[in-house]
Amino acid sequence: MVRQISIFLENKFGRLAEATEALGESGVNIRALSVADTSDFGILRCIVNDTDKALKVLKEKGFTASATSVIAAEVPDSPGGLATLLKLPKENNINVEYLYAFVTKAITNAIVVLRVEEIDKLLGLFEKGGVRVLSEKELSSI
Amino acid sequence: MAAKHLMWNQSAECMPDSKKKELQLERLKETVKRVYDNVPFYKKAMDEKGVKPSDIVKLSDVSKLPFTTKDDLAANYPFGMFAVPLKDVVRVHCSSGTTGKPKVAGYTRNDINTWAEVMARTLGCGGTTEKDILQNAYGYGLFTGGLGAHYGAEKIGATVVPISGGNTKRQILIMKDFGTTKLCSTPSYCLNIAESLREQGVEPSDLKLNTAFLGAEPWTSELRAQIEKELNIDAIDIYGLTEIIGPGVSSECMEKNGLHIFDDHFLPEIIDPATQQPLPEGEIGELVFTSLTKEAFPIIRYRTRDITKLSSGECACGRTHVKMQRVTGRTDDMLIVRGVNVYPSQVESVLVAIPGVEPHYQILVDRKGAMDLLEIWVEVSETVFSDEIKGLENLEKKIKSNLESVLQIAVKLKLVEPKTIQRSEGKAKRIIDKRTVYDKI
Repeated sequence: MVRQISIFLENKFGRLAEATEALGESGVNIRALSVADTSDFGILRCIVNDTDKALKVLKEKGFTASATSVIAAEVPDSPGGLATLLKLPKENNINVEYLYAFVTKAITNAIVVLRVEEIDKLLGLFEKGGVRVLSEKELSSI
Repeated sequence: MAAKHLMWNQSAECMPDSKKKELQLERLKETVKRVYDNVPFYKKAMDEKGVKPSDIVKLSDVSKLPFTTKDDLAANYPFGMFAVPLKDVVRVHCSSGTTGKPKVAGYTRNDINTWAEVMARTLGCGGTTEKDILQNAYGYGLFTGGLGAHYGAEKIGATVVPISGGNTKRQILIMKDFGTTKLCSTPSYCLNIAESLREQGVEPSDLKLNTAFLGAEPWTSELRAQIEKELNIDAIDIYGLTEIIGPGVSSECMEKNGLHIFDDHFLPEIIDPATQQPLPEGEIGELVFTSLTKEAFPIIRYRTRDITKLSSGECACGRTHVKMQRVTGRTDDMLIVRGVNVYPSQVESVLVAIPGVEPHYQILVDRKGAMDLLEIWVEVSETVFSDEIKGLENLEKKIKSNLESVLQIAVKLKLVEPKTIQRSEGKAKRIIDKRTVYDKI
């Protein structure tokens, strides 16, 4: 299980830059991110190397931010890799709220970040199905 | 002087001053006795001030009486201010209170007749007769506008079209096909109709409309000029409030130079809102009313929070009813949006009732074309924040629907980041009103 940082962003000029600047200035490194948005607001979701520090810095800067538990799983870097992985939640009636993917130099496979309600159930299914899941510690040391 | 225009009730509207003062005093005494005997709130308030009904011997003694405020109405919600048993109340109306609870007005059968009488005078001020076809675009329901205008027009014998507010397309269809001559609506809705007519290429000459009775919200002289020009009609400013009776408290005549208060039914005073002392005639201050004939919901020295001044003497139209200048502002933070009263405290009461939502909010009012837009900003606290769009959208929907059910008006809700809304020392600046609704003094 990995903690993701979710940040509320009003849809106004420069806010995304300000949030990332705040993290950068305090030496927090962003591993992966995704932005979801509506016409009025957005949510910046990111995985960083130091979650606690990031949360502290963002709150000091006046952002509404919270930690969300997600699963970071390795996906074979071959056609159908993600589809195979997503079969497990689908066949077990687990709704995927959102996901995003990233690659790093340290790991050959792509990494998929999944947000589900029944996180323990999916972790169990991944373990049985031989899907490699990364811990927060592993991710921060990449 | 002979009346220039038709009047609904010439003997009342042109009553000589001395005779009127006698009538007012007699009615004031009766009202004060009635509330002292029947409304515990007034007995207590008068006892505290050390004033008895027998102390009212001349008209100016009204200033010895206690005031009534909107907070008193809230404290006695819903029926505590009524002076008759409920079996004698034949109707109730409501308008927004300062919190989630509305202000409630009750009417006996006689009160309904009185209301129809003063509304008939109002419509008569703009020349309405039994030959007119009157399209009533005030909302029907708890709001006093719809039924108030309706009963007044029926009393005159005009042909009433009770179309209520909204559905502008149908308003125009009926206006054209029925040959509507008189219109009742809010000024902003009238402008909306005018704009739609222009878009549809309907010329004023295609219509038989000659007069509009516009009220329930403040409006400027510029807006009047625009409406009169676009529709080629007379636009008459009418005034009223639920606490006093509804529309029909005062109305402009065709002179369009101040609104005649139907002062044989409603006794006006102007006070200094700071010292609460009565001001001499002609000075600007807060308008205060005492009802003189109401049975179910008599009211003593009600502080309207509206700012204006009074002038007496016979008008060029022949009426002797004292005149109030068009309202030029308010002494409280009440907003009037599309004819509906909105208090910041109502917004606050909705927000604090939703767990986790903090009462940091801002109210923005703007006018787009003819329509008022109400936008409310609410800060997203950590407690209510969600990493999922649907979580925040559900929050937005919930706040919006709770606000709309209390305010009774459409709201655009915007979620904003914390500290977006300016924190102020003392009184928070909750309202940004970009409209110009009052004439400059």
